[in-house]
Amino acid sequence: MTQPSPMAGRLPEPYGSGGGANLADILERVLDKGVVIAGDIRINLLDIELLTVKLRLIVASVDKAKEMGIDWWETDPALSSGARRDELARENAELRARLAELESGRPRSRAHGPEEAS
Amino acid sequence: MTGLRYVYAVCRPFGAPLQAQLTGVAGAPPRQLVHHGLVAVFSEVPASDFAEEPLRAHLEDLDWLTATARAHQGVIDALTVVTTPLPLRLGTVFHDDSGVRTMIEARERVFRRTLERLEGRVEWGVKVYAEVSPEQAQSGTPSAPAVSGQPVSGRDYLRRRSTQARAHENMWQQAEEFAGRLHATLCAHAEDSRLHNPQNATLSGAAGRNVLNAAYLVPRSRSEEFVELVDRTKDESKGGTPGMRVELTGPWAAYSFVEEEQT
Repeated sequence: MTQPSPMAGRLPEPYGSGGGANLADILERVLDKGVVIAGDIRINLLDIELLTVKLRLIVASVDKAKEMGIDWWETDPALSSGARRDELARENAELRARLAELESGRPRSRAHGPEEAS
Repeated sequence: MTGLRYVYAVCRPFGAPLQAQLTGVAGAPPRQLVHHGLVAVFSEVPASDFAEEPLRAHLEDLDWLTATARAHQGVIDALTVVTTPLPLRLGTVFHDDSGVRTMIEARERVFRRTLERLEGRVEWGVKVYAEVSPEQAQSGTPSAPAVSGQPVSGRDYLRRRSTQARAHENMWQQAEEFAGRLHATLCAHAEDSRLHNPQNATLSGAAGRNVLNAAYLVPRSRSEEFVELVDRTKDESKGGTPGMRVELTGPWAAYSFVEEEQT
């Protein structure tokens, strides 16, 4: 499909799958980088910014990302709800722990320590 | 009726022809408009898709966006083979040729300065992934105790969680150190570098967690050397730091370096 060009030999072969890159590689460049010029067709750049943020937000889960130290959304004013999501994740973990406790079949009374359960 | 002008890039006049079958966004072939000694590479696109309203709607459509982004990048890629393009952000559209000329005139000085700075240089993307082994991934699942059929107390559960958290912390620390060393090494062999946000796995489709996502500006003449250097660290990561994966993409047009660094 791609014609070999006269200058192609000067550069190493393209890396990545199919001589290209993954979708995230391409989107982060064509949407986020490059020269920003307001054309005649005024698409609000803020719209694009929001879109890329939305795309990035498909991050697997907030607590996993936090473990990795990815917390850019916390400093992003457009995403101030991040703190609330974190709160939810913590609440989730607490609820899971409580559920595990209940499922262990212990009586509701908490007079004794949990050692008895095991 | 003529269409709108979707501009991909601005570059210096180049002698070599673009691939004959190259298609850009909306399936339209890229053309050149020469003005003041600069070339705008553009496609004629239908107003029904690229006027303000439809364009805005399309940008919210991931399928359309994906196809358009790939087509945009395809043209930039083809240009990178024959010249040093200044890629414009996706969706830079003008009414007609005279709109494009006006834009070139208004930005002429900056274009020339940037083209001068980037001439003969390409961008290489390097990403480091930390790969979680299957056992680690398994033990990280909160439902694991239920599967084993053993009741677990809340305290045990929390204790296990904190042990896992510590193991993870060690792993991320190692990953970070590895990525930091690699970045320092690569910087020494590049003219400039940029750190990007880590990518999310859903979009990239890559396994493991992205702990370094960097771009390096390298002269074409030194690209082979740079690629070999990255290849060597790939081998090194297999031996020395298990669980690390290094990925190289490029050569890209110097997308990440078109803006002068704000210091």
